[in-house]
Amino acid sequence: MSMTPAILGDFGEGIEFLFSERESVSGGVQIGGPAEMADFCATHMLVSVAAVLIACALAIPLSLWLGHIGRGDFLATATSNVGRAVPSLALLAFFISFVGLGYVNVISVLVLLAIPPLITSTYVGMRQVDRDTVDAARGQGMTGFEIVRKVELPLALPTIFGGLRIAAVTVVATATIAPLANVQTLGEPILTPQTYGIVGQIGASILVASITLLIDFLFARLQRAVTPKGLKLAGDAPAKGPRFSLPTRRRLRST
Amino acid sequence: MNAAVLAQLKIETPGGSGSCVADNGFCPEWIADNLDRYWTPLLEHVFLTIVPVAIGFVIALGLAVLAHRRRWLTGPIVTITGIFFAIPSVAAFFLLQPLTGLGYTTAMVALVSYTLLIIFRNITNGLRNVPAETRDAALGQGLTDRQLLTRVEFPMAVPEIMAGLRIATSTTVGLAALAVFAGAGGLGSEILTDRYFKSNVVVAGGLAVLLAAVLDLALLGLQRVLTPWQRARA
Repeated sequence: MSMTPAILGDFGEGIEFLFSERESVSGGVQIGGPAEMADFCATHMLVSVAAVLIACALAIPLSLWLGHIGRGDFLATATSNVGRAVPSLALLAFFISFVGLGYVNVISVLVLLAIPPLITSTYVGMRQVDRDTVDAARGQGMTGFEIVRKVELPLALPTIFGGLRIAAVTVVATATIAPLANVQTLGEPILTPQTYGIVGQIGASILVASITLLIDFLFARLQRAVTPKGLKLAGDAPAKGPRFSLPTRRRLRST
Repeated sequence: MNAAVLAQLKIETPGGSGSCVADNGFCPEWIADNLDRYWTPLLEHVFLTIVPVAIGFVIALGLAVLAHRRRWLTGPIVTITGIFFAIPSVAAFFLLQPLTGLGYTTAMVALVSYTLLIIFRNITNGLRNVPAETRDAALGQGLTDRQLLTRVEFPMAVPEIMAGLRIATSTTVGLAALAVFAGAGGLGSEILTDRYFKSNVVVAGGLAVLLAAVLDLALLGLQRVLTPWQRARA
């Protein structure tokens, strides 16, 4: 008996779990199959989309403005540092114990997780727009609002979408533990093995991983689509894909 | 009289904190009494953070050197590590489960795979940002390719490499909290088992944040030690 068939067997059964109903491990209820998975999937997407949209509405206008006036280095670094340091599980448990269970709390947690990458990417995207370009726009008589809309925002879009991509992936990933707060997302089969068994855990994991990869891929395409032609032609265009750099002191400026 | 007061005290002390605990409240007294039970989970958490980041650094460093020599490898490496980075850790644990079972190994494999993209990107960016004149000067002095890499390019890339390590470390502290679902313990297991109890959530979550901050400061200190020329210039 080699290992390989057994491994394929586990994954095979996991996939089968997604497509056909079966009796639960503890007996009595029917679990698995397309209908139940579609339900979980709908909840998963509902909380994720709501959270990303709310986070965008809260974070992007503010950071666009801060990036335009050039104030907010501290905010951008601090939010991304704090955002990374707080474990998603701890944040969810904090809401569960202090505020309670349910949709509103889960979405609040996801919004809080999505905000830091959005603030940082929008701010950094705005700040790395060439100052000469902005001066040229101002020299042509554009107002501040016009500069943001016609010059800075288009040039910052690839970076902003890089942050949006990280935010979306983080949110969809974290929505997996939402069942801890009684919101039945695709994490439900993963977190209740007493009902769904190992087969359900593996099946749901395959589905969650596929959805996340699909979203990551779609946002990567979207990021390329919003990149202005000029930046694409420049070849070495800044910020393709997610940026992982802390703002570092500019070198060679002092001399 | 005295005995009566003592007896009252004895009943009241546990009664007072007991109702706070029964209400799942935030009880400083309970925290002070039970702080020591977080010691083992905290150590497990430190282990679950430092080991994956260290292994991830070694692998990413190897990949970065490879990609530095063969530029065309950068794209495929970023794509593959990007896939690892995007898969939710909870899902990754159960996808690994048929291969490695549940426990430390599974948690480690998943956590290492998350650090790869972050560290790899920062090392390659750091190496690529070395000014061409510096490289030329080094080659002009007769350095071989290997000497150029170890004596010039790596030292100059240290700030960006350290930035990558700091990001990878604080991210891993957060993800290690999820290692409880892989059966690997850590602070996440404390958070999960008593998630309705405010005191527990605050202490366990607070310790995780504190751990991230301490490790970040340690890496910042290491960076200062590794780049004395930056201090000299300032």
